[in-house]
Amino acid sequence: MHRFANPGRFLRLTDAWMPWLWALAIAVTAAGAYWALVVSPTDWQQGETVRIMYVHVPMAWLAMGGYTGLAIVSIMSLIWRHPLADLTARELSPVGAAATALCLATGSLWGKPMWGTWWVWDARLTSVLVLFFLWLGHAALVRAFDDTERGARAGAILALVGIVNIPIVKFSVDWWNTLHQPASVTRLDAPGMHVDMLYPLLTCALGFTLLFAVVVLARTRAAVMERRVRALEMARARRLDAPQ
Amino acid sequence: MSAFLAVFRREVQLALRHPADTLAAVLFFVLVCALFPFGVGPAPETLARIAPGALLAAALLAALLPLDRLFGAEAEDGSLEQLLLSGLPPAALAMAKALGHWVTTGLPLLAATPMAAAMLNLPTEAWGAAVIALALATAILSLFGTAGAALTLGARRGGVLLPLLVLPLAIPAVIFGAAGIEAAAAGLEPRPYLLLLGALLALALPMAPLAAGAALRAE
Repeated sequence: MHRFANPGRFLRLTDAWMPWLWALAIAVTAAGAYWALVVSPTDWQQGETVRIMYVHVPMAWLAMGGYTGLAIVSIMSLIWRHPLADLTARELSPVGAAATALCLATGSLWGKPMWGTWWVWDARLTSVLVLFFLWLGHAALVRAFDDTERGARAGAILALVGIVNIPIVKFSVDWWNTLHQPASVTRLDAPGMHVDMLYPLLTCALGFTLLFAVVVLARTRAAVMERRVRALEMARARRLDAPQ
Repeated sequence: MSAFLAVFRREVQLALRHPADTLAAVLFFVLVCALFPFGVGPAPETLARIAPGALLAAALLAALLPLDRLFGAEAEDGSLEQLLLSGLPPAALAMAKALGHWVTTGLPLLAATPMAAAMLNLPTEAWGAAVIALALATAILSLFGTAGAALTLGARRGGVLLPLLVLPLAIPAVIFGAAGIEAAAAGLEPRPYLLLLGALLALALPMAPLAAGAALRAE
């Protein structure tokens, strides 16, 4: 892992991967979207609205998985002080916030026809809303310091404090009697869903996850290059400043 | 331990010598509670219905007020660096600060709670539960708030950022605190909710000072 923490090596390696990763992510997402939105059957109860699930569920997984990733990156940043970990954390939070916002928005659109309301204050929805605020708080905190190093450290600590919310989101449907249904895919016994719906869902989840990862990678690459440009400019300014 | 007590005593002394600052937070709390009757109308049963949540929200907002200057003045004049060099662990320093914040902000709010409860027409049998719930909830906020203040120390818009970081973490305290007061107002047993609130405090007690200490060290 430490081998890849070198920003220069990271840029060189991902340089070759990026076009392939983009192509793969877009292909899987497009296939998943076609399968989910056109081929897969409608629900006998929910009709066409069940298709919202193919966006909602992967976004919810990404919101939680992404935050767990943020916590892992933050631990790396606090322990090993890898600059790449700081940059990844910084670029991860806006993407994670977007996934969480999409999860909330699709959930709201789905809730209106199914539950008859856009929003209820049940444990699952509330804890995901808190997760959304945590993402935004992290994104804002990291960018609030003139000293980027200090911002990265503060953001890492906040990410680790916020991780207590992840099990609350995950198990809220089991601990409390909520309007939101309990997990139907990630169960110890067989998933409570027919394969005609499960496979397109898993394809969509894979596609969105790849897309999420590629966007974060692209943002991190841009951030590394931006940092390099700034360092070069500083060096140039210092050279011009020095007495001849 | 003596350094811990010294920091704590200093916090209390500073608050005693500037009583207007302490009073301002209490006044803010009472004023926010007074806004609700204007907003939802003075009907006693409506007020009693919203009183638990309004009390908690107002108390947490009032306790947030002094937080953005918790480390500010000391970071500017350099005494924070001296405190960190004094041998006192950063987490203990944060703990002393949190305790000082609670004693100088949380406790005065508790003294004003009966007045605010009367203004919101909360049934008298719920006043005891309200004081306990507010005591626990403000303690939780003092702890998370200290961590937030340490994290945003030196940030450009620290004062705006702080509530954004701390309030989401305070949501569980509002939920259980309001549920406890509501139960007492309905003549039910508030104990389970207050115990859950105590559990939250027990969770925040070690976690928040550690996070605050780590943030202070990064400063």
